Amino acid sequence: MSDKVPSDLRYTKEHEWARAAAGEVAIGITAFAVEQLGDVTLVNLDVKVGDEVGSGKPFGTIESVKTLSDLYAPMAGKVVRVNDELASKPELVNEDCYGKAWMIAIAPSDANAQAALMDAAAYGEYLKAAAH
Amino acid sequence: MTDPALRRTSLYDEHVKLGARIVPFAGWEMPVQYTGIVDEHQAVRTAVGVFDVSHMGELRMRGEYAAHVVDYLVTNDAKKLADGQAMYTCACSELGTILDDLIVYRYAGDDWLVVCNASNRDKMSAHFARAAKDHCDFADESDATALIALQGPGAFHVLSKMGSDAAGLSQLGSFRFRKAELAGVPCTPSRTGYTGEDGVEIFCAWDDAPALWRALMGAGADIGIKPVGLGARDTLRLEPRLSLYGNDIDETTNPIEAGLGWVVKMEKGDFVGRAALAKVKAEPLARKLVGFEVTGRGIARHGYALLDPAGQKVGICTSGSPGPTVGKNIGLGYLPASMSEVGTRFLVDCRGKSVEAVVVTTPFYKRAKR
Repeated sequence: MSDKVPSDLRYTKEHEWARAAAGEVAIGITAFAVEQLGDVTLVNLDVKVGDEVGSGKPFGTIESVKTLSDLYAPMAGKVVRVNDELASKPELVNEDCYGKAWMIAIAPSDANAQAALMDAAAYGEYLKAAAH
Repeated sequence: MTDPALRRTSLYDEHVKLGARIVPFAGWEMPVQYTGIVDEHQAVRTAVGVFDVSHMGELRMRGEYAAHVVDYLVTNDAKKLADGQAMYTCACSELGTILDDLIVYRYAGDDWLVVCNASNRDKMSAHFARAAKDHCDFADESDATALIALQGPGAFHVLSKMGSDAAGLSQLGSFRFRKAELAGVPCTPSRTGYTGEDGVEIFCAWDDAPALWRALMGAGADIGIKPVGLGARDTLRLEPRLSLYGNDIDETTNPIEAGLGWVVKMEKGDFVGRAALAKVKAEPLARKLVGFEVTGRGIARHGYALLDPAGQKVGICTSGSPGPTVGKNIGLGYLPASMSEVGTRFLVDCRGKSVEAVVVTTPFYKRAKR
């Protein structure tokens, strides 16, 4: 299992990460999620700039050779950017899940929404508990 | 997390040592992947891979009438086999539907081995035992028999380093087998497989499997041998269009519509399911198992609905995944015969999204002749 949990991000139980910067929150999936999926072969982001997403609501799907998983928005808000590069380069998720493979960025409805998510320490503990 | 009802093969500790992710499969704890499905898939296509398939069932039939009993239970013509020869076949119900797909091995005229799917072991064991009753001896040898598959273009390079008795194994014809001693382990290599590559499947005693496994891993180190899990086993079999029981074929499908008519030999004499299959053959097929390529953005998965261009459900996807070697998202599914022609366009219902697909020729992948 990957124990790389960047300290500057927030996390969900569905293994998404959230990075707040300049009034928007970028969202992606964690190294743990990537490891569970294996080789990612398809990323479908079903939202476009301007769409509203609900907290805990799916905004797309990610598929590996064996499985399909939903991607959930960790908080409600308006989509401000979508990483279109993932459509043609799903392998970026395996290569750089915390960087180039960010998926969408949203302007959260509640500016403090991200405080409700796990910090790195809490997510690390969550992963440990999940391993047993 | 461990389910006490799940069984482990004698190679379980090897899998754990190799970093396998273990999943429940047909009542067994089996490795689904070690280094990654695509990595393992490519190793088998370009070098060599080794698989633990000890969970499969081995049913032994012995005696003067063993040949008759086996032949009566399968659709292919077992009478055509010579000693040391094997064949792929279906075993059908009286309704002509598929109970299992099997490989039948003729050790001698009075000594036969039937290898069945792990998921069907109890059913097939009972089926063969019932037919054998009063006619020949029956023994379910599954618990005593391990099975290791060695598959890929480098398979015979690996075997050549397994001791003096390995000499000449590369001369073994397709679907031929013989007894051998490899790295000191008495075993039976058979030139068969489930990957579309050249190679062997090697039977040995349950407890001998770890020694044989380690010897194979050691002998293949120079060409990058990799252990291969069930994940890549599935993609490796899908590309050459080898059926997976429980997905593409089951007790609701018949061999004719599944494209397995080539293992149904009506002229061989009576066998279980013959009358029903004669009827199937006499009428136009309602549906066919076809290979398709997903041309839109999506991956077809087992159980997804197949739709006609108007969006009406007309069929079902039985297998689907990315094909790592063919580089496309491929699948198998049942479509109405009228839509089964190569080039026919249809849609796959990928969880509510209609994604375009087209019927293509199969196999999706065929290895180059040497």
